[in-house]
Amino acid sequence: MTKKMESALVFWVFLLPVLVAFIMVMVIPFILGSYYAFTNWTSSARVDSVLRFVGFENFINSLKDPSFLYSFGITFLYTILNMIVINIVAFVLALLVTGDLKFKNVYRVGFFLPNLIGGIILGYIWQFIFNNALPSLGSIISAFDFLSDPANLMLSKPNTAIAAMIIVGTWQYAGYIMMIYVAAIENIPQELIEASRMDGATPWIRLKSITIPLCAQAFTVTMFLTLVNSFKQFDVNVSLTSGGPSTMLMGQPIFGTELLALNIYNTAFISNKLSEAQARAFIFFLILAIISIIQVNVNKKKEIEL
Amino acid sequence: MKSSKIRRPSSFLAEILTIILFVLFLFPFFLVLINSAKTSFEVTQYPLAWPKKWETIVDNIIKIWTSESVCYPSSLLSSAIITAVSLILINVFSAMAGWALVRTKTKVSSFIFFIFVASMVIPFQIVMFPLLSWFRTVTVATGIRLLRTYQGIILSYVGFGAPLSIFMFHGFIKSIPLELEEAATIDGCHRHQIFFRIIFPILKPIQATVLVLNGIWIWNDYLLPLLVLGKGNDVMTVPLAVSNFAGAFVKQWDLILTAILMAMIPVIVFFLFAQKYIVKGMVAGAIK
Repeated sequence: MTKKMESALVFWVFLLPVLVAFIMVMVIPFILGSYYAFTNWTSSARVDSVLRFVGFENFINSLKDPSFLYSFGITFLYTILNMIVINIVAFVLALLVTGDLKFKNVYRVGFFLPNLIGGIILGYIWQFIFNNALPSLGSIISAFDFLSDPANLMLSKPNTAIAAMIIVGTWQYAGYIMMIYVAAIENIPQELIEASRMDGATPWIRLKSITIPLCAQAFTVTMFLTLVNSFKQFDVNVSLTSGGPSTMLMGQPIFGTELLALNIYNTAFISNKLSEAQARAFIFFLILAIISIIQVNVNKKKEIEL
Repeated sequence: MKSSKIRRPSSFLAEILTIILFVLFLFPFFLVLINSAKTSFEVTQYPLAWPKKWETIVDNIIKIWTSESVCYPSSLLSSAIITAVSLILINVFSAMAGWALVRTKTKVSSFIFFIFVASMVIPFQIVMFPLLSWFRTVTVATGIRLLRTYQGIILSYVGFGAPLSIFMFHGFIKSIPLELEEAATIDGCHRHQIFFRIIFPILKPIQATVLVLNGIWIWNDYLLPLLVLGKGNDVMTVPLAVSNFAGAFVKQWDLILTAILMAMIPVIVFFLFAQKYIVKGMVAGAIK
């Protein structure tokens, strides 16, 4: 056996296990799924059954469905707000735990902890808090009396239920994003900070002209990370609100907190419209692809600037 | 030096603020703990009160442990098997693939690497429904059962976990000097021996990152097990078991919270032991 043949053989043998798994669960389903979005695919159908090509029918039907349009809007709202709140909270936490504190590591671990627990479990914990613990707080402390009124339950109205999801989302991710900021802040050269102290810079000026500019790289990372994670949110949505409470749009009752990922799932399993769910998933994929392309370009630009 | 001995008033305020936030962040876990030690009536009437009898927690734990719908012991075992086997396979196979892709400079090799990187954009939502029907077709054609089985879900995790893991190994292996491998070739080592004896041990730091990132994802994952394993299956993961139970026993918060407590304990214990690696791994994973 020649050297060349041996390396070719080793190349394929080494790639084989991941390629088999990758083709089985990603490549084939992705190709099938992109195709099914343009057909009348139903749940009973298998890969080999006859499919009729229907063009953009599934996409048009989706865009006519108020529940999908609402879901779209609410997902964007949730994503933007969640991104902003998480990053602000995480940055403040990072500033605190890199400061002159006694039990820095204990605090860091505490803030990070929710991130290790699955979203589905976190959602149930907070469902209990919003539905039971907060009303009880209202009946104990008279200043918070309004909390015990059933009409004021956060999960009972769409607007406050979205706010509730942002609270849980922040609790879930802020510690993780904080760790990324902590790494960035600790990378700032100590001389720079000493020099600014000598020059008599106040903590506020130090923050504005040293810490924040030198964390710019981290900001891009965390912005996109929280953007994509919020956009894909599913677990907390299922266990905290299951999409409820219902509301009205264009004369139709719809779920008030149903994010896109849950809308896709429900279209398939509750409405039994599998090919339409596939079309929605295709749109979902396109949006994420656009975000990723923007991210790559932003990172490239940043690298050039540096 | 001076500043660490004499504490400024501003840092005292910062400490107070941090402690308040710390308590606020951990309070939900504390609520889970105290309410696991209450009866159903106590939980709904006094969710914020200190438990009357801590012994109740033992009763609740026994109820969950023996509950037919949680199947806690078997769910825990299934979760452990699925996570452990998937992690071992992802780690070894992705490292092998990463090395093969770095050390073979052909058009095919760069094309395959590009496909892996590009696939990281693909959300699970677009592949999940076809995946199920495709698995069914494979079973009909070959007789290998993929739905509702260990092999099916482990295959899925290897396939979905591979791209990011290969990407991370690829980046690390690029920085390993080629001279190391050339020296081994001169000593008569075969290609595969070079990988397993020389390269794989060097990859330890990046292996830790890959294991942490995939481990947290697989252990906590809900949607993939829900679809591939389904409900009411012998093979059930912990998140699936908890959500099954919460769905079936709506408002039985004493038991739901006990189930949650029992689902969290293994993760928290594991975290306290491997804290350093987990935090490092997750930060490294995000920045890459």
